[in-house]
Amino acid sequence: MTAFRLPHGGLIDRSRPLSFSFDGKSMTGFAGDTLASALLANGRILVGRSFKYHRPRGILTAGSAEPNALVTVNTGGRTEPNTLATMQELHEGLRAASQNRWPSLAFDIGALNGLLSPFLGAGFYYKTFMWPAAFWEKLYEPLIRRAAGLGRASHDADPDDYEKCWAHCDLLVIGAGATGLAAALTAGRAGARVIVVDEHPVAGGGLLSETAIIGTQAAADFAASCATELQSMPNVRLLTRTTVFAWYDGNVFGAVERVQKHVGFPAPNLPVERLWRIAAKQALLATGAEERPLVFGGNDIPGVMMAGAMRRYLNCHGVAPGHRVAIFTTNDSGYGLARDLEAAGIVPQAIIDSRRDAIPDSYSGSARVVSGAVVSDACGRKSLSSISVLQNGKSEELKVDALAMSGGFSPVIHLACHRGGKPQWSDEHAAFLAPSSQKGLALAGAADGTAGLQACLEAGVSKAAALLGSLGFTAKPQALGPVEGDIAAGPAKPLWTIPGIREKAFVDFQNDVHRKDITLATREGYGHVELAKRYTTTGMATDQGKLSNVNAIGLLAEERGVSPADVGTTTFRPFYSPVSFGALAGATHGKHFMPARMSPLHEWAKKNGAEFVEAGLWYRSAWFARDGESGWRESVDREALNVRKNAGLCDVSTLGKIEITGADAAEFINRVYCNAFLKLPVGKARYGLMLREDGFIFDDGTTSRLEENRYFMTTTTAAAIATMNHLEFCAQVLWPGLDVRLASVTDQWAQMAVAGPKSRAILQQIIDDDISNDAFPYLAARDVSLFGGQVHGRLFRISFSGELAFELAVLADFGEATADALMQAGDTHGIQPYGVEALSVLRIEKGHVTHSEINGTAVPADLGFGRMASSAKADFIGKHMLSRDGLSARDRLQLVGVMPLDTTAYFRSGAHILAKDADATLENDQGHVTSSCYSPHTGSHIGLALVKGGSARHGEEILIWNALHGEYVPGRLCDPVFVDPANSRLSM
Amino acid sequence: MASLVPCPHCGLRPKEEFTIKGAALPRPSPDAGADAWLDHVYLRDNPRGALDEFWHHTSGCRRWLIVSRDTFSHEISACRDAADPAKERS
Repeated sequence: MTAFRLPHGGLIDRSRPLSFSFDGKSMTGFAGDTLASALLANGRILVGRSFKYHRPRGILTAGSAEPNALVTVNTGGRTEPNTLATMQELHEGLRAASQNRWPSLAFDIGALNGLLSPFLGAGFYYKTFMWPAAFWEKLYEPLIRRAAGLGRASHDADPDDYEKCWAHCDLLVIGAGATGLAAALTAGRAGARVIVVDEHPVAGGGLLSETAIIGTQAAADFAASCATELQSMPNVRLLTRTTVFAWYDGNVFGAVERVQKHVGFPAPNLPVERLWRIAAKQALLATGAEERPLVFGGNDIPGVMMAGAMRRYLNCHGVAPGHRVAIFTTNDSGYGLARDLEAAGIVPQAIIDSRRDAIPDSYSGSARVVSGAVVSDACGRKSLSSISVLQNGKSEELKVDALAMSGGFSPVIHLACHRGGKPQWSDEHAAFLAPSSQKGLALAGAADGTAGLQACLEAGVSKAAALLGSLGFTAKPQALGPVEGDIAAGPAKPLWTIPGIREKAFVDFQNDVHRKDITLATREGYGHVELAKRYTTTGMATDQGKLSNVNAIGLLAEERGVSPADVGTTTFRPFYSPVSFGALAGATHGKHFMPARMSPLHEWAKKNGAEFVEAGLWYRSAWFARDGESGWRESVDREALNVRKNAGLCDVSTLGKIEITGADAAEFINRVYCNAFLKLPVGKARYGLMLREDGFIFDDGTTSRLEENRYFMTTTTAAAIATMNHLEFCAQVLWPGLDVRLASVTDQWAQMAVAGPKSRAILQQIIDDDISNDAFPYLAARDVSLFGGQVHGRLFRISFSGELAFELAVLADFGEATADALMQAGDTHGIQPYGVEALSVLRIEKGHVTHSEINGTAVPADLGFGRMASSAKADFIGKHMLSRDGLSARDRLQLVGVMPLDTTAYFRSGAHILAKDADATLENDQGHVTSSCYSPHTGSHIGLALVKGGSARHGEEILIWNALHGEYVPGRLCDPVFVDPANSRLSM
Repeated sequence: MASLVPCPHCGLRPKEEFTIKGAALPRPSPDAGADAWLDHVYLRDNPRGALDEFWHHTSGCRRWLIVSRDTFSHEISACRDAADPAKERS
């Protein structure tokens, strides 16, 4: 026989049956069931196979510490492996499957591992699979990983939504059991902003499995009326199905709310999970205590269960664990269970109590009590059939189908240790307690080592009142109770080592670490708690040792002959229990992963056939393919040639644009650029080079003086944000006395480069002002009027291509219409749009640098800007480090041009430059190619390179070497300007 | 790392809104000499305990702040606008 549903009792709704399936078999449960309680009610006690030995496993707990009952629920993109059956609420149509078994749960080939177990003990990875080394990666590890499996994730996309939010409160109460409810009521009634969080679907915690009477109410009814009162208060938020998983700096707590994990079909307008960050002025940990297993032989056989869990299934779900039940306990917890079982008509076969003469007065049941005894072994294959009871050296066999165990209680103190505090062992409590007096966090109730319902209610009230007092609230504590019929399980002497064990006795159920592994670790010199953890893997499974850690520490202490206080604990870290990647990602996935920045000319580019390339967040037009073109190169060559021959239009709106105003704007700009700016006249643009404080180049751009105290600065696209932050630092921190204001206007202006010999003729058709060479010379920068005064614009005569060129800026909303008008006006002049690829070809041909050359290791002189860094200025950012000896060394990497000797040869950026006859080794490295392209203008591949002493080596033959691609291209260093070195085209 | 930063202009804000530049040290004067500049640019202490840092409220008021925090406990003891002490100095 096995577990079964009682004819009445429990908090389930028997009028609402729910059908579900487990491993394809249809079953029925009731609303209010968990998957675990429903499986038990259906007599299903074998629910999984263990990690290493593939041993049959059943349901051990009724909560989030469960190590065994891990199942996979749902299918497709909603597949959720490693779901705890003890936490999964039952819903209509739930599909669950067992894990880590093949071909089936009942007949599992992997169970053969059990026969190999002498070779699979602690440290077996390191001992068994060491040789030959090459086999590890290819053979051993994949085999071990497949055999020792958890559930498998789906490769389908998760179809559901997740979200994140913040909450703020005076008092956060974590756990809504007796202590938490008492604390929350006290705080709520005092008018404080309270958030109460509980991981279960219904508030109540241990009250839901309690049969005691509180005041005039049954414990569960008391919990329900507390919850009702809390929900009626506008200043209180009760979050159920929510786990607080971390305590962070600033008293911020992380919590995950499972909004729709308990329904078959999530509503599309709600997230399935919600990640909370809760900023609490004070927090009260009322997380209760975890019952400890006992480490006897066969303690993992299905049918062995924690006493508190058995009591919960009995009283909360109306499920009996079996017909012949025994209880093995070290404390009074077992007697509360015995009394409740008897009330349900199941008299336990025996209560095996490790203590002598310790039957509590409050127990008046009829079960046989075996005092001063232990269960040394449990027997059975896929389910429990008998136990061996050892008393006074004599062993007795008892036929049972269920066994409850209680080895005492460990306060759930994890959160209190997330910020560096270490747990403290208390002999008095036989448990680790939280570090004392931490700011912003207090503990109460069983989490604080308090035993008994009455004491917990009182602790909740008084701790809450004290915390509220510290926040300036006047709480009037109201006593709750009195409690009748509670069998309080106070601390009892721990029982680590159990005598007479014959079978495997498990310490860590999930990672299959057993008693002898701990002995082995100690014997082999890994007895330190941190070493033992890693050597045996105890506490390293997905449950993070919630049940096992304290037993492992107790056993290590006995092995080493010291107190658990001397062994200490490993470090508690977030997360308390696993949190889904979906919840952590929130809405930040798919197209919301990062924002997409579109230029105001995006639609113009699109309708002109642009192919787009991602540049940071921006989508920039890369080239504009035409019918009949064989590939991107053909389009780019055409666009570049057309700029040099006719004219082209390029979207340069993505360049950073900063408006700088104020009486000291000139002085400010003069200090942030290395070159002189004080004398820039109104109506003129100038190229500017910005350095970092260490002397290396930070960014470049042009700055135009539009009015006496109004400047317009452009930056590179890549460094736009960094430059703005840097300028704000300079203005606010370095020179707050300067009258200067900064505004980022990148998104306010649509900016287009019109380049080529026919650019003026085209622009003049839409610009009202005279832009002839005399009226609007090279580097002129002025406001202009467009379309007969309909649109205001800014025109800059600057050139990146080396041709006669202008940049025209209009307010963003007029961008597309203006570009359209330019295309129309330029039609007879042969205007064509060009993208960033052609832009790059044009600038390489002209020897202009970008961040390929401004790579963080270049100073102005390296790139030919040596004379720009003004020695006349007393101060500018970067001046004082620029004069270091090394920065003017003759063999520094300097900008040069590079061409192949054979004009049909191809080379690429990143290739190394070697002396002509040198061996191809990195010792002979002379520098590298920073930018390269096919230049339709020169009819050859060309490049820019940073080469040792390069500016004095023009004309030298070299070897362009790319070891990655096995390319060796003879070439020649040259002037980096391949087009119009005299700049005659700029001033046409 | 602190979770919440008390911006003097915006109030208590999450740390994700800020970017950190490093120790809040004054820029040496132009004539401070090579050693002082080398020290300023490259050599930074890494104290355990109290430290003043430049934090930029990048996704907020865009002011540069001086955050005084404890590198061990992560506690923030003060937060003020970086322009305030600089104005006092000059």
